[in-house]
Amino acid sequence: MYMTRLQIKGLVIIVVLALSLYFIYPTIKWYLMSDIERANAEKMRDKILNKIINLGLDLKGGIHLVLELDDSKISSETDLTDALDRVIEIIRNRVDQFGVTEPIIVRQGEKWIVVELPGIKNPETAKNLIGKTALLEFKLLGPSEKLSSINEKIRQLGLNITEARNNPEILALVPTGYVLLPGKNEESLYLVKSSPEITGAYLVNARTRLGGQFGLPYVSLDFNKEGAKIFATVTGANIDKNLAIVLDDVVQSAPVIRSRIPDGKAIIEGNFTEEEAKFLATILRAGSLPAPVKIIEERSIGPTLGEDSIQKGTISSILGLLLVIIFMIIYYNISGVIANIALILNFIILLASLALFRFTLTLPGIAGIALTLGMAIDANVLILERLRDELELGKTPRVALDLGYSRALTTIIDSNLTTLIAAVFLFQFGTGPIKGFAVTLTLGILISMFTAIFVTKTIYEFMFQENLIRKVKL
Amino acid sequence: MKLIGKTNIDFIGKRYISISFSILLILITIVSLIIHKGPNLGIDFTGGILVQIKFKQLPKLLELRNILSEGGINNPELKTFPGINSVIIQIKTKQEESEQITTKIKDIFLKKNIEFNVERVEFVGPKIGKYLSNRAILSILLSFLGIIIYVALRFKSSIWGVSGVIALIHDVFITMGLLSILNREITLNVIAALLTLAGYSINDTIVIFDRIRENLTLQRKEPLDKILNISINQTLSRTIITSLTVELVLLVLFLLGGEVIHDFALSLLFGCFIGTYSSIFIASPIVYEWILFRTKRK
Repeated sequence: MYMTRLQIKGLVIIVVLALSLYFIYPTIKWYLMSDIERANAEKMRDKILNKIINLGLDLKGGIHLVLELDDSKISSETDLTDALDRVIEIIRNRVDQFGVTEPIIVRQGEKWIVVELPGIKNPETAKNLIGKTALLEFKLLGPSEKLSSINEKIRQLGLNITEARNNPEILALVPTGYVLLPGKNEESLYLVKSSPEITGAYLVNARTRLGGQFGLPYVSLDFNKEGAKIFATVTGANIDKNLAIVLDDVVQSAPVIRSRIPDGKAIIEGNFTEEEAKFLATILRAGSLPAPVKIIEERSIGPTLGEDSIQKGTISSILGLLLVIIFMIIYYNISGVIANIALILNFIILLASLALFRFTLTLPGIAGIALTLGMAIDANVLILERLRDELELGKTPRVALDLGYSRALTTIIDSNLTTLIAAVFLFQFGTGPIKGFAVTLTLGILISMFTAIFVTKTIYEFMFQENLIRKVKL
Repeated sequence: MKLIGKTNIDFIGKRYISISFSILLILITIVSLIIHKGPNLGIDFTGGILVQIKFKQLPKLLELRNILSEGGINNPELKTFPGINSVIIQIKTKQEESEQITTKIKDIFLKKNIEFNVERVEFVGPKIGKYLSNRAILSILLSFLGIIIYVALRFKSSIWGVSGVIALIHDVFITMGLLSILNREITLNVIAALLTLAGYSINDTIVIFDRIRENLTLQRKEPLDKILNISINQTLSRTIITSLTVELVLLVLFLLGGEVIHDFALSLLFGCFIGTYSSIFIASPIVYEWILFRTKRK
């Protein structure tokens, strides 16, 4: 059996529609699931997660950060790119241990890193987790009589800890080879050697333990073989001296070395809460950054605001489209209905493409869907107005239809392509939310070329063939 | 149904009226920009911090200002949304350390025992602000250039592309004028709206240009102004219906879309209106004057 051209066209449309519904189905299923089922699916990393339409941070809630690597602090033999790669790897480790689903960590430009964490409830903790250099150093304390005279001077001058560390008179008292470092909570100063005895680079593990001094949580450290050797030598040579444990230039504690420690085990105490101890262990395990990073951009959105945006965005978009649909029916009658079928098909294919290509839907993106569908009507308006002209010139409906479509075609292509040029640059320029807008705008325009031209024409041809209409009513 | 039947309006003959009107709008824009010392750039471009806080019960604006200044936050821009008990606190600053201001603001409310919830934080460091500004300008310029090149290729003459882009710059500029008069901020979303407007405006213009091109070959003997008039009149119904459907969608987004896309929708709502106007009244007269000028010189 041979198919007529019209049948083939009809088949193409049905196949596209069926495929689209197939790709949208997981998303619909997802939103019909209860909160518990969804949480479960997220925990199990269910496959459905890769098939649903991905929502942007502005809708889902979460945090977007841009970090800048302080390249002045990289040792000269390290390459900037290597350092950046290492930073990304460490941040990924930390984020993974923190249990964030679907994080995005990518480099941008020369020394920037973009970090996106969806669904984060506590942005402050996340920021600390990512931004901490976590450089762990063990440094011997300086002579105590020097520190006493420094403290004496500070009292005389009436300075606080921060001021003291920048005061030239105080700094003049610091012997060469030593530095002044603050303790936790800025309550006291420590005089320590500038060069560390050993660093966190030799760590293999860090864990939270309970029941240290006064039953407080502490962090236990395990050095690797090489580290254990160094640690044994250092502790053996400095018995009864204080060894300060320094994290990012803040002294956590400075215990006295009682005996040589041969097995490479150490502990950090420091009045931690359980949370703090866990946090510290996490970043120590993931390793220290090769150079400090600074947050140069932050955008965080709470989950409630996101939900509010989804609701408002969806309701207004649907309402807007309904108005367009009603207008088209009133203005163009049956032809308006056909244009509306194309419009709804455009909407379905657009959602399917978002799911299929894993594009991110953002709030401007939702607005973009409404807007492009409003614009997509234009192709049909162009065709229908042409059709009217041709009919007025006295052409028969069937001839007028063909002429209307072919004459409108170049105009539709020209006008849509120029809009596409603007959309492409929008995509290039865009940060997250705007990129989402550029995506829906571009997709909507491209799909409209198919739905508004191909689909509507097929419907007309079918209706003529079946004698459903004799006259094009406009 | 038919909104507009056959029309025969002499757009080209009355071009001086429309061009004068546009010049007036442009002058208003320039004056407003001078009075406001340039466009009101948001923190995306100036750098700074924005914190949106939801309260159980929204304090009065004056009270908020007092609480904040007591805590050392001076002269923040405050925008309250009584409907959702929220306030947006915004501080434009080029300081690198402004990130810590969030913590400071939280501490202030914590100390006052006011129940609140931080819903949104945006911190843009000066480097990012500069980076985004450059990117915005570059993408606007490149998209204009892209449009000129495409239209020039399609129409085999730069007259059309350049005229279309002049009309488009006219639309974007006057829309910026409205934003300036209303003292709305230029944010990333507004830039996105302006770029979309550029796309929409040129789209609208191209439809008319296409018809002119067609009529130029169909009716070689007619004078240029007549062909332009016929073409605009023939496409008038389409121009108005399309902008009507687009404006319908935008109006709903503007009214109900929520505060995040409010300015975005406003820019497009007004911009598409101006875009439609310029497609009819500005783009073709520019083409007309250009061709006239060129033939006179010969």
